Amino acid sequence: MTLAEAIIARHAGRPVAAGEFVEVPVDFVLANDITAPLAIRAFRELGAKRVFDPVRVALVLDHFTPCKDVRSAEQCRVVREFARAQGIPHLFEEGRGGIEHVLLPERGLVLPGEIVVGGDSHTCTYGALGAFATGMGSTDIGYAMATGRTWLRVPRTIRVELVGTLPRWVTGKDLILHLLGMVGTSGANWCAFEFGGEVGALPLDDRLTVANMAVEAGATAGLFPPDEKVLAYLRGRAAREYEPVYPEPNADYAEVIEVDLGALRPLVARPHSPANVVPVDELGEVPVDQVVIGSCTNGRWRDLLLAAEVLRGREVHPGVRCIVIPGSQELHLRAVREGLAEAFLAAGAVLSTPTCGPCLGGHMGVLAAGERCVSTTNRNFRGRMGHPEGEVYLANPAVAAASAVLGRIASPEEL
Amino acid sequence: MIIQGRALVVGNDVDTDAIIPARYLVTADPAELGRHCLEGLDPGFPGRIRPGDILVAGENFGCGSSREHAVLALRGAGVACVVAKSFARIFFRNAVNLGFPALECPGLGGIAEESPIAVDLGTGVLRDLGCGREFRAAPLPHFILEILDAGGLVPWARRRGYGGEKGHGA
Ligand code: SF4
Repeated sequence: MTLAEAIIARHAGRPVAAGEFVEVPVDFVLANDITAPLAIRAFRELGAKRVFDPVRVALVLDHFTPCKDVRSAEQCRVVREFARAQGIPHLFEEGRGGIEHVLLPERGLVLPGEIVVGGDSHTCTYGALGAFATGMGSTDIGYAMATGRTWLRVPRTIRVELVGTLPRWVTGKDLILHLLGMVGTSGANWCAFEFGGEVGALPLDDRLTVANMAVEAGATAGLFPPDEKVLAYLRGRAAREYEPVYPEPNADYAEVIEVDLGALRPLVARPHSPANVVPVDELGEVPVDQVVIGSCTNGRWRDLLLAAEVLRGREVHPGVRCIVIPGSQELHLRAVREGLAEAFLAAGAVLSTPTCGPCLGGHMGVLAAGERCVSTTNRNFRGRMGHPEGEVYLANPAVAAASAVLGRIASPEEL
Repeated sequence: MIIQGRALVVGNDVDTDAIIPARYLVTADPAELGRHCLEGLDPGFPGRIRPGDILVAGENFGCGSSREHAVLALRGAGVACVVAKSFARIFFRNAVNLGFPALECPGLGGIAEESPIAVDLGTGVLRDLGCGREFRAAPLPHFILEILDAGGLVPWARRRGYGGEKGHGA
């Protein structure tokens, strides 16, 4: 069995094969300020009174927080009141929280071998830790909160065999953009990616970026077998006991793709598709108005470090607004303590409290008509960051930071 | 059950941000969401939808965010059914869970804007009444049919005895 099959099989209590529908218990359920209110509605319509296990539910208020208007505040109130009434300890609000998919791994709440379902498409991020984690809609989440169960179609698995190590200024973002360029935005619909080979060379933060964007190819999950790096990261952090699961040697893969990390270059995805990928040095002259560095894709420590390395001692181009958003309170504090915050602020960037904010065109950096942004987020759909005539280019944090300095989309090599 | 309506044709990769832009996700009221349905694709789109219309889409309809509001917006705008060459996984789940008809017809194509369409949900046959062409939807697995038949995941779960007096135990 593949890693996806092996995890689902353990939960189903019997062997499973791709294509089957199974009902399984879940280990953890999450929702955010947009999806939780609807999930709570479904929970109530079910006639449910108590969540299946209050410590296995997380409610993260991250999308429109700190609340951008009265209505987003009302939605947060619904979620907060539900958490209190249900005795759910993992309610995360600004000041002690962050972006869900940065926060939950950091808090050790999502673990290898587990099945995690979230009311957010980027729940697949936790595949980097070896969890079968997948995004669903609110009704599914209301059902899972009530019953502790969900239904799944066992995905076919596309194996991605990695060799080599990443060159300088090339990151997990470039790996996943490269894959998106190959398979397209629906090439992995109802499939799982399973990464193997020389995974050890890939930093954990990069793996989280890769797994995060698996859904951009339509994938149900993006999975890495948990190696020593993952287990070491979780030591002293894991909120529960867990048992890692690994693929079986004779697993049946729908397809095998080999990627030489050493041959990758910094890439960008042009508007309006994450699969519209081109090497940054073949892009030509593309001036930008705004740069966003953050999100559940690239708001982690290595991302902030790369951005700071580029921005330190330099200045954001006069024509550019540069917004840096650490993915969690812990990272924000660390950025202050270790001097990254000063590097960003001195360069003329904005340093925001953790929030999804501009990633989904919510607040903190919404685009006007005709404006262009290079962003480390995961989606550049038309209108995603604001006006439908705005443009978003996706890139890694080093490219985004270099673009902020040069005022046009550029590789850090150019500085 | 047969649904008849006018075709509204959209292309490939219509994402959920296009179906309902995030700035409207401060409510879950279908009527209000419906007023902005597909606004992300074209600001004039909501004004063109008439109750009972059938949305005809290309590949990967509903990709992107997991927002169930996308299905609510379509329903709130009065769209009776979506037929597409293919659906993104989460959108399809959401449609099933809310009992909203979404048919996958891999061979779909050549349907003219505003052409009258008949969709037989029982047999999965879609007929373009304008030109007489027929398309056949991929058959749905038994498990999905069961949920659709109940009217969505919540009524399906209640039918199986979930909820009620005790309040839990599926
Ligand atoms: S950062 Fe963007 S993609 Fe990630 S959870 Fe927030 S809105 Fe979604």
